[in-house]
Amino acid sequence: MEDKLSISIWFFIGISLAVNGALILAAGVYQLLSPPTSSAVVLFNLHANVWWGALLLAIGLIYCFRFAPKRQP
Amino acid sequence: MTFLTAMIAVPMQLVHLSPIDVVIVGFYFALVLSIGWYLRGKANTGEDFFMAGREMTAWVAGLSFLSANLGALELMGWAGSAYQYGILATHWYWIGAIPAMLFLALVMMPFYYISKTHSVPGYLKLRFGEPSRALSAISFAFMTVLMSGVNMFAMAKVMQLVLGWDINFSIWVSSLTVAIYVALGGLRSAIFNEVLQFFLIWAGALLIPILGLYEAGGWSNLKLLIAQRASEQYVHLWAGLGSFSNNPMGINWVGIVFGLAAIISMGYWTTDFLVVQRILAAKDIRSAEMAPIIGAGFKMLVPAIVILPGLLGLALLPEKLFPESVAVATGAHSYNDVLPLMMARYCGPGLLGLGVTALIAGFMSGMAGNVSAFTTVWTYDIYRPLINRGGSDHHYVRMGRWTTVVGVLISVGTAYLVMQFASIMDYVQALFSFFIAPLFGTVVLGMLWKRASAAGGFWGLLCGTLCSISMWTWVKIDPAALRYVALSPHAKGLAQDMYQALWSFITCVVVTVVVSLATKPVPEIELKGLVYGLTQIPAVGEVPLYQKPLFWAAVVAVVFVVLNMVFW
Repeated sequence: MEDKLSISIWFFIGISLAVNGALILAAGVYQLLSPPTSSAVVLFNLHANVWWGALLLAIGLIYCFRFAPKRQP
Repeated sequence: MTFLTAMIAVPMQLVHLSPIDVVIVGFYFALVLSIGWYLRGKANTGEDFFMAGREMTAWVAGLSFLSANLGALELMGWAGSAYQYGILATHWYWIGAIPAMLFLALVMMPFYYISKTHSVPGYLKLRFGEPSRALSAISFAFMTVLMSGVNMFAMAKVMQLVLGWDINFSIWVSSLTVAIYVALGGLRSAIFNEVLQFFLIWAGALLIPILGLYEAGGWSNLKLLIAQRASEQYVHLWAGLGSFSNNPMGINWVGIVFGLAAIISMGYWTTDFLVVQRILAAKDIRSAEMAPIIGAGFKMLVPAIVILPGLLGLALLPEKLFPESVAVATGAHSYNDVLPLMMARYCGPGLLGLGVTALIAGFMSGMAGNVSAFTTVWTYDIYRPLINRGGSDHHYVRMGRWTTVVGVLISVGTAYLVMQFASIMDYVQALFSFFIAPLFGTVVLGMLWKRASAAGGFWGLLCGTLCSISMWTWVKIDPAALRYVALSPHAKGLAQDMYQALWSFITCVVVTVVVSLATKPVPEIELKGLVYGLTQIPAVGEVPLYQKPLFWAAVVAVVFVVLNMVFW
């Protein structure tokens, strides 16, 4: 399929993961800098949205780079 | 489906989205519409529109095959079942799926693929003739579009329950989005979005078991907590299945092994066109065989994001959850709320948006799967053979696009009908299950027994279906009849499904065999490419061991056995 389509499905997956990861990471960093005064989630101290967002962003960027449209044969 | 019926109740909002969560949800809608728009020019022929050009790689077909069954209702419903029944719910993901997927890959897929059929009813036409196809196609098309409507309504209710969204808004936004991207890109568009959904579900849900296990102090501590709050039986897969009364599900190992694994699961994973269609779009025979094996490999991991959150909820949530009927009456949370509750427990801004997006993606890709399967069966198995035989390929593609829109509109109509008459949902769910077990009997006999005749196939399918309907009606009228259907006075609701499937399968097989032996066999020359023993199965080619489907099927089978032993 990738041979005939100019944009691979994996590129769309990369876009999705990268954008979502960036947004989650941004929200996490914001909460890190100005912690909520109330109604924080359980295990807030682990700052899951920071490292989970960063992980999704990294995977998304790898997919985007690896399956970028210009790289398709 | 108590889960669906009970959602008619007045809702209470479980989570509140922040602006960044709304942006994430909005981005998902923009992305799926963009994919549909991009693929619009790649669905001009029948093969492109209905079969995605038969050029999907094993990975794309496999993930799509799995995702077609990974809808949000399943996620939330089975997480609730894990809270209610414990780890026993895992049987629906392991023994209730893995053997069937491997059987599809190694035994049945070659026949589907070699025959170049467009659908499962299409195979029945080739093997048993037009009457069997018509019976199967009409029942499938009718039930699929109704199921789509039921799921649409269920999705809108969940969105109302979880997010406080208006039902009409959810129904119309989701259905229009699905109609646009499937009508534009056909099956390819549906498959692309299913693969996207697969990643979103893992990205959105995997954090819950990770943080949950951290909070619980690991798996060993989790088992102790569950034993304190419920029972030790909640963490054993097989140890309590010696009798109906020794486990929270009220079922025994016979029902699980012979009803769930051998019949229901085999029927669903090998003959339900909604999932099989994804494999038929594979680019070659090796990809078609590898796709269900890849799906099986990931299917074994799904309990981590479905069953484990339910168990964690049982161990960690401060409040107790109740059956739907009690929850509706008291205003407490029900078992089925456990996944959103766990999501709200751990997911802050952004993560919550991703989790909600994963649920929405699950709903929408499920709807797209129903609609694309309906469109194919309607166009190729009903419209073309019964209404307009002589149309051009372009005509049938145009019919497919319009059928997509009409199918979505019928689904919307069904959703509103269900809103008025809630009991319809239970009937539709039940009706759908009537066809699965006997259809498996007909297809598997057709593939493995060359003596099965056209009349045998038709009457076996019809009698098996009628048997299923009769048993369901009997228990509906007289609930005490369950003891006869399931052969035990201790049997509970889920046991009915298992034994109903078992009896209807046996009826189908017996009738098919008896009628076939009494009627004229199909000439062997007409069975080439359709039946085991008369078909040269093409080799997967000279490939290294690690690229052979049989090798990976063996790996999956070994892991499957080990997992069952570990959680025995």
